[in-house]
Amino acid sequence: MALKDYIRERFFPHMWCAGCGHGTVLNSLLRAVEQLGLSKNEIVMVSGIGCSARISGYVDFHSLHTLHGRALAFATGVKLSKPELNVIVPMGDGDALAIGGNHFLHAARRNIGMTAIVMNNKIYGMTGGQFSPLTGIGGMATTAPYASIDRSFDVVEIAKAAGATYVARSTAFHAQECTKMIHDAILHDGFSVVEIMTQCPTYYGRKNKLGEAPDMIKRFKDITTPIGSKAKQENPDLIERGVFVEKNLPEYCAEYDKIIERAKGGA
Amino acid sequence: MAKAKLKEHRINRDWCKGCGICVELCPKKVLEMDAEEKSAAVRPEDCIACKLCEMRCPDLAIEIITEQDEK
Amino acid sequence: MSRQVKFVQGNEACMEGALYAGVQFYAGYPITPSSEITEGMAMRLPAAGGKFIQMEDEISSICAIVGASLTGHKVMTATSGPGFSLMQEGLGYAIMAEIPCVIVNVMRGGPSTGLPTHGSQGDVMQARWGVHGDHSIVALTASSHQDVFEMTVEAFNIAETYRTPVILLLDETVGHMREKLEIPEPGELPLVERLRTNVREGVNYHPYLPREDGRLPMSDFGGVHRFNVTGLYHDMWGFPTSDPKMVHDLIRHLIDKIENRVNVLARYKEYYLDDAERVMVSYGCSARSALHVVKDRRQRGERLGLLELQTLWPFPADVVKHCCAGKKSVIVVEMNTGQIVHEVKKAVDSPDNVFLANRVDGEYITPPDILKILRLIQGKGV
Repeated sequence: MALKDYIRERFFPHMWCAGCGHGTVLNSLLRAVEQLGLSKNEIVMVSGIGCSARISGYVDFHSLHTLHGRALAFATGVKLSKPELNVIVPMGDGDALAIGGNHFLHAARRNIGMTAIVMNNKIYGMTGGQFSPLTGIGGMATTAPYASIDRSFDVVEIAKAAGATYVARSTAFHAQECTKMIHDAILHDGFSVVEIMTQCPTYYGRKNKLGEAPDMIKRFKDITTPIGSKAKQENPDLIERGVFVEKNLPEYCAEYDKIIERAKGGA
Repeated sequence: MAKAKLKEHRINRDWCKGCGICVELCPKKVLEMDAEEKSAAVRPEDCIACKLCEMRCPDLAIEIITEQDEK
Repeated sequence: MSRQVKFVQGNEACMEGALYAGVQFYAGYPITPSSEITEGMAMRLPAAGGKFIQMEDEISSICAIVGASLTGHKVMTATSGPGFSLMQEGLGYAIMAEIPCVIVNVMRGGPSTGLPTHGSQGDVMQARWGVHGDHSIVALTASSHQDVFEMTVEAFNIAETYRTPVILLLDETVGHMREKLEIPEPGELPLVERLRTNVREGVNYHPYLPREDGRLPMSDFGGVHRFNVTGLYHDMWGFPTSDPKMVHDLIRHLIDKIENRVNVLARYKEYYLDDAERVMVSYGCSARSALHVVKDRRQRGERLGLLELQTLWPFPADVVKHCCAGKKSVIVVEMNTGQIVHEVKKAVDSPDNVFLANRVDGEYITPPDILKILRLIQGKGV
């Protein structure tokens, strides 16, 4: 099938700003699904609230546009009640790690077979450019007019610590890499997290004087490096990209099937 | 695998928001913004059909059709 | 055939009722005094082929059951006071997106963490108005274990019939009290199964287009119809809209589908109302003491009656008006500072004759408590 067969064309052009990196995530996601050859009926996309969350309306899957931060909680109900479904949960950085931080930790801890995509643009876009837990010290935002004193989370470190069994990071610049990671994350039998650094030219870019969308997306090439690269040793400030965790541990829904057997007096 | 040969740039002008990412990042400088701030393939003969513009386009507005795709 | 007889807590009666109704998915978080429902579900649901999950909080619990309802399952969660406060966000979502689900709130003393192990009926108004924005809601309650069982089944039936969340408003007293429960035979109580669309694959299915009878057939996630579900105002496909007409039509639909059926949804019990001079209106644990007083005073020739409400929302105003018509006084017995009493005053012809008999110190309202107030109303002194 062509990429366009996976979207709800009548809603295009989409509502994201010109040059918004979220569009590239959608682009990569559709390619991953196309490569996997999944049927649209076996995918449920669950999103929260924010610019990122609007992605669920654009895809021609079963789509559940929920509450701010709660996407993983709704998704847990979808997945556990019907484990054969592929559940994909795109979230913004504030959505996933501020208001939804606890749900993120526990979904990872359970290792429930879903794919979380954190579209990290370091800002709350839909509400007008407030700082997020990913903005970091020194970042400018409408609620950090004198620069943020809040330290930043590291999505990868949190996902690892909480027990996610597939953890990867890429950027909107590295679209091909994103597609591969989302592809592998969907295939992964367990809780998978893909952080994709995306540009918000409208708020984060302007507030932090990072130029236009092309400048911002090119910057991702300069500030990141593959895991374990020589460049990282020379410049520890570089952000590593790649697959940080990929391991097989018991998946939650499969484990629950064993509970059912036990409760019924089986093994 | 044989190298893909370009057949056509399909640019959806209704969807293109003119962010300029494709123009800026095209390795062969094939694309330019036109008078209406939409992406346009002005040097298609230089295109190596790497499809990076298509994959990065946040508006899903670019399709690179190669002769292989047609087959 | 004989009914299985058990000696159980009210919370267990609720769990048994849910299993009888065919609950298939339960998500919850421990909280006193509702934890026995959650524990019971953990034990019993997998054996019944269902799924149980202990979530990280009450917010995620209600979200998870909404997700599981969308895949086509009968779902439930149970909580108490503070947990019910946390669930309001998800409850509003379930109202807006028209998701069948049952939410049990075993009421304890509030506000805040209040009195975790003591009874109260202080969440009646929260059940009605805890969710922000205009909306309507169905809330049921019960005073005996047999009724807890039946009202739990009713809650599922109403949720599935009208595509709506239903709140089961129990209280600590009934929840933790032990008494006899007879489990009805299969088929004894009617069960409503979800109405699914018969629209074929490839034909346009509208998840939010009511049929002529007002019901909205559903299609399970994972099925052949792909649609959108959102907490935003939406069109008949489920896609967000701010079109004034669609917004108006949807809010009217959400409210009318419940408020226009107030009499259909009314569940209540009448005791000695026909010749009663004075009527008590009560519900839940308070109704037990009220009934005791009524029976006791009857033996002494006092013509008292009791209207026990089992549907609290939508408030059965017609029933209350009818049952209280021409009575000397109406005494509303409830364990709060006055919540249903205001609804009763609005419903009756003579609101000045409506009195409140209550207790709000965390102790159970006893027949002597009610009798004292009754004496004062009668002008007889204590």
